[in-house]
Amino acid sequence: MTHTLVIAELHEGHVRKSTLSAVTFAKQVGSPFSILVLGPGAKTAAAELTGFGAAKVIASDDATFAQPLAECYAPTIAAVAKGGFDVIVVTASSFGKDLAPRVAAKLAAGYAPDISAVKVEGGLSFKRPMYAGNAYGWCKITTPTQVVSVRQSEFSAAEPSGGPSPIEAATPAAADAAAARVEFVRLEAAKSERPDLGEARVVISGGRALKEKFAEVLEPLAGLVGAAIGASRAACDAGYAPPELQVGQTGRVVAPQLYVAIGISGAIQHLAGMKGSKVIVAINKDPDAPIFQVADYGLVADLFTAVPELVAELKKPA
Amino acid sequence: MKILVALKRVADPDNANKIKISPNKIDTVGLEPKPNPFDEYAVETALRLTENGANTKQRIGEVIVVTFGPKDTEQTLRAALATGADRAYRVDATDDELDGDLVARALKGLVEKEKPDLVLLGKQEVEGDANQVGQLLAEYLGWPQATFAGSIKSEDDKALVVGREVDGGSMIVKVTLPAVVTVDLRIVSPHAVRSMHTKPDHAYQDGVRFAALMAIMAAKKKPLVEVKLAELAPDTALKIQYTAFEPPPGRKAGVKVKSVAELVQKLRTEAKVLS
Ligand SMILES: Cc1cc2nc3c(=O)[nH]c(=O)nc-3n(C[C@H](O)[C@H](O)[C@H](O)COP(=O)(O)OP(=O)(O)OC[C@H]3O[C@@H](n4cnc5c(N)ncnc54)[C@H](O)[C@@H]3O)c2cc1C
Ligand SMILES: Nc1ncnc2c1ncn2[C@@H]1O[C@H](COP(=O)(O)O)[C@@H](O)[C@H]1O
Repeated sequence: MTHTLVIAELHEGHVRKSTLSAVTFAKQVGSPFSILVLGPGAKTAAAELTGFGAAKVIASDDATFAQPLAECYAPTIAAVAKGGFDVIVVTASSFGKDLAPRVAAKLAAGYAPDISAVKVEGGLSFKRPMYAGNAYGWCKITTPTQVVSVRQSEFSAAEPSGGPSPIEAATPAAADAAAARVEFVRLEAAKSERPDLGEARVVISGGRALKEKFAEVLEPLAGLVGAAIGASRAACDAGYAPPELQVGQTGRVVAPQLYVAIGISGAIQHLAGMKGSKVIVAINKDPDAPIFQVADYGLVADLFTAVPELVAELKKPA
Repeated sequence: MKILVALKRVADPDNANKIKISPNKIDTVGLEPKPNPFDEYAVETALRLTENGANTKQRIGEVIVVTFGPKDTEQTLRAALATGADRAYRVDATDDELDGDLVARALKGLVEKEKPDLVLLGKQEVEGDANQVGQLLAEYLGWPQATFAGSIKSEDDKALVVGREVDGGSMIVKVTLPAVVTVDLRIVSPHAVRSMHTKPDHAYQDGVRFAALMAIMAAKKKPLVEVKLAELAPDTALKIQYTAFEPPPGRKAGVKVKSVAELVQKLRTEAKVLS
């Protein structure tokens, strides 16, 4: 093992907290690591990453990285990686999932996607959830260079330690020819006061049962406890909640201290995204709903009366 | 538009909790074979992109489906042909002989042969949950990619405007063909896909179309060609090897509380997750 390269993700000029999960992975691997920060504001954001014990933080806010497109980022990541790195890691956000395979292909490297653990003895082995979290597989990458994406919910955010790391400038490689054939038009994001799903201590999720009252019923509760709001696929498909709130096998994977499933039946695909939560609460009017099989506390009730009651109860002093 | 769709057969995803796990194997015996849901959506997307919405019988372009699997996965291909796809390839291989990288390299071989304008894939195959083949293929081809597509609009069949479902919302990108697109769940909602011939107000049924009996019969006569894996990808070495499998940690049902007040009391004093 020589050197691990962590790919940071930026959001509005700051390092996303999810990046610190990839740093945790690098620390577990144990060899020296460096962090590569690309994108608008990278040069200043790099300072946010100097306190984690990286050998160096390599940054560039070159115009090549103005838009968060894999075709623009992958060439530089691959070029930097070729300068002496043998493990490349990114957090398995939508940014990381889009980008990592493209980097792996450039490096003729094997890719272990969305891993939940790493074992170092005897060469790196990666544990990854499969079959909607109903099995785990341990795998090894057979190529000299290894690319990995890590599940944010399984690798806790690194705490500052070590450093300070020197900041170096990255030399941007030319974007792929393919970059000329893809154009970023805009990001449509619903403004929300709520914390990010991947980072919240409490997640309040709603299902199909909430209908058009999704926000009206859940917002007061989420606001009161500082929770992020999540949703089932059915709620997103029906347009009651925006798609980016979907929790599950094919949506966001969360593991908060407290997960409250409201009017959610508990399909396999939903459980895959929240089964790792510390405490699970389910509110459902059907006593046989599968969600109760994983809930620590279940309340059989009509959500339209139970949730306002819950808000009122929580407002009372403990 | 000529579209190539990658379609994998999987064990019934709604019963994934019934798989049998031993240290060296995952056994899906007894689970009904189904098309990977995302791939079924990709086929539906291809059909919508090659028709005008109103007349689903007339294909404006061609839809070719491909699977990597043993002989019996031809059923999955026939089902896709019955819903409207024009022809099919089966690349002969078992799951053990494949990883995502090899599938991508072999798909590249097929793309070079067929020269489609667009390759559509699911964003993820729900057994391996890897979410990689489309991106790998795009890089191997040197093509642009639009992953996790929740909407696709074709203006002139030279470029697609794609709404990508990303963590923070929907990212709109415009890709010039040829390109690789991987589809997300919302792609089969009534207004998600519009070909250059679809009337702006046309609404599709929600979800994928079903095949009529006549179409199922007719699909038996549509071309289905078998190819050897090594013909498409001379190097069949794998980059990932699985060494062991294990079941997830169990989670037991807890207690049912009788009232909201009891719930709050338990969350405060027993679970200590609320103050
Ligand atoms: C390829 C694929 C990927 C998928 N990925 C995901 C995913 O990532 N995440 C996900 O969530 N799903 C996913 N699904 C969908 C999943 O299979 C379920 O269909 C979905 O989770 C169901 O959502 P729901 O629980 O809100 O709706 P339903 O199953 O309809 O459940 C609604 C629940 O609300 C209860 N209810 C109704 N009225 C009330 C009331 N007044 N008070 C209290 N309770 C009430 C009912 O008893 C019921 O249990 C996926 C499916 C496929 C095929
Ligand atoms: N064996 C296969 N046969 C056909 N298509 C496949 C196969 N494996 C993966 N794919 C395609 O690649 C997509 C992404 O799969 P994955 O990257 O494995 O999650 C799937 O949704 C399919 O479209």
